[in-house]
Amino acid sequence: MSQPNSYRTGPDEGGHFGMFGGRFVAETLMPLILEVENAYAAAQADPSFQAELDELLASYAGRPSPLYFAKRLTEHFGGAKVYFKRDELNHTGSHKINNCLGQILLAKRMGKRRIIAETGAGQHGVAVATVCALFDLPCVVYMGATDVERQQPNVFRMNLLGAEVRPVTSGRSTLKDAMNDALRDWVANVEDTFYIIGTVAGPHPYPAMVRDFQSVIGNEVREQMLAAEGRLPDTLVACIGGGSNAMGLFHPFLDDEDVRMIGVEAAGKGIQTGAHAASITGGRPGVLHGNRTYLLQDDDGQILEAESISAGLDYPGIGPEHAWLNDLNRVEYVSATDAEALEAFQLCSRSEGIIPALEPSHALAHVGTIAGELDPEHIICMNMCGRGDKDIFTVADALGMEI
Amino acid sequence: MTGRIEARFAALKAEGRGGLVTFITAGDPDPETSKALVRRLPKAGADLIELGMPFTDPMADGPAIQASSQRALRAGMTLKLTLEAVADFRESDDETPIILMGYFNPIYSYGAGKFLKDAKDAGVDGLIVVDLPPEEDSELCEPAIAAGLNWIRLATPTTDAKRLPAVLKNTSGFLYYVSIMGITGTKQVQEDDVRAAVERLREHTDMPIAVGFGIKTRSDVQSVTQAADAAVVGSAIVNKIASELYEDGSARPSLVTEVLGFVREIAIGVRSE
Repeated sequence: MSQPNSYRTGPDEGGHFGMFGGRFVAETLMPLILEVENAYAAAQADPSFQAELDELLASYAGRPSPLYFAKRLTEHFGGAKVYFKRDELNHTGSHKINNCLGQILLAKRMGKRRIIAETGAGQHGVAVATVCALFDLPCVVYMGATDVERQQPNVFRMNLLGAEVRPVTSGRSTLKDAMNDALRDWVANVEDTFYIIGTVAGPHPYPAMVRDFQSVIGNEVREQMLAAEGRLPDTLVACIGGGSNAMGLFHPFLDDEDVRMIGVEAAGKGIQTGAHAASITGGRPGVLHGNRTYLLQDDDGQILEAESISAGLDYPGIGPEHAWLNDLNRVEYVSATDAEALEAFQLCSRSEGIIPALEPSHALAHVGTIAGELDPEHIICMNMCGRGDKDIFTVADALGMEI
Repeated sequence: MTGRIEARFAALKAEGRGGLVTFITAGDPDPETSKALVRRLPKAGADLIELGMPFTDPMADGPAIQASSQRALRAGMTLKLTLEAVADFRESDDETPIILMGYFNPIYSYGAGKFLKDAKDAGVDGLIVVDLPPEEDSELCEPAIAAGLNWIRLATPTTDAKRLPAVLKNTSGFLYYVSIMGITGTKQVQEDDVRAAVERLREHTDMPIAVGFGIKTRSDVQSVTQAADAAVVGSAIVNKIASELYEDGSARPSLVTEVLGFVREIAIGVRSE
């Protein structure tokens, strides 16, 4: 495949990143998706939109999030310098708020009166419920019944924030099925409803729009790293479910050819067992939820259930722009197992005093794999995209402890 | 060459009655029972047969058709077997049109070109692929037309005058009007809304118009075909299948008879004038 002059100009008019992306949705949704696309283009051209978003990101979400040199882990790994982008310190405890603030401002501009969302771990659901409380809009969050069970603290938080959490029992009751039901709700309520998709997937313009809202992560890292080290990082590492935190970190650096980027998928019980959520490592191109991308699927094109200890990575697809960057070899995609993530979770808690979410624990596991082999001058920046409070029950259970 | 769909609508027009399009999911509740059902649908009153290609994630479908897809998949149904079921049907019936309805991924996985060839060879007449809007016509729609298949598109209450030409372009056989805002089988069709919508569509096309989503009874069928050329009944038939299952999901011996009895009952809606 020939390399483009820039990796940052996509998607094309039809929402394609190479062969990936697009608008694979039912006709009922098409007029609405075109409306979102036009409204987003108008918002981008309006300086007051970005000004309002910037103000909220600063005063409400707490941005910029710090760039932190993880000294003890650096010593522990005994190689490259490890930095964390502290997006777990954002209001609501993850990077999800960056995107939700952007989309709710857009929904408001469009005059929508009702918000729906899907959620896996509940981090996106909590962020959506939060911005809906802030803007006084009714909010329905679809969440797989399996995830409702394993993420009770976040379900309770959403309820406290005034959102209605609808457990989804269709299909196999996880994030994929929650997204199906959110799309079904949207089809039935197109006139007044805005769908806040939580990751860089779905029909165009969502993958590009969510990426744009999350790019604040990478833009801040660039400035902060120049201030701290006087140069850009050598390697960026982020975990990938749908891939929004990774895309937010990577995108501003895509044309800096000396910056290596690694996305870490969830290998669950191990790729070879089939029980994993690694769409690129273990899947092939297909069409689901409005876009073409790498999917976990069987020989008949039926979608397979993903499996990961981390509900936030438990999705059988990945954002189409990641699929494209993979095929161009611009970003490397690797994976970490449940066991490796659990180990990194504990290591980080003890050695840095930071309890990470299980999602970035996957990224940290990979940092642990590569850091020791690298030169002490090598700078790794990992996105600590969420905090682990929500995961303490899952982790206790996995470690055979009772709370 | 005139296709089976055109021929059937011409015949219905000559008879002066509306048509009944019946939907079931191929392989529901198991491949053999489903084959037996499809074979006998025309005699029970189905003028056109819409056959669902099962998919794990049917995002435009309500609970009834989602469940039917899952039953079929659990029973081992595949796209290949769906095409075999059509070929089996064609051995005894060369006139009743068969339209395959489903989602793109299983077709994409099968290989679009190979699918179109195998579908045509099996005796498929038309395709409805829910998640391929006009914006993605190069994927399957254009090759399907080139392969001699009808491409049937859904128009919905959100399809405004600005959007309609894009929907009508490349649509052939008939236009499928989705009578409710939402997913299959969830709301009740409103006759006045359908009438107004069909009249609006007729200003833009001479194609036959079939109306579906939310049509459940003989009287629904009757009232819808006062305005439209055909009525599509899906979830109600699929629910009938679901009610004829043992607790372990296997078919009761009475399933085929009961489901065909229901089809016969609703078919009166297009024959009773």
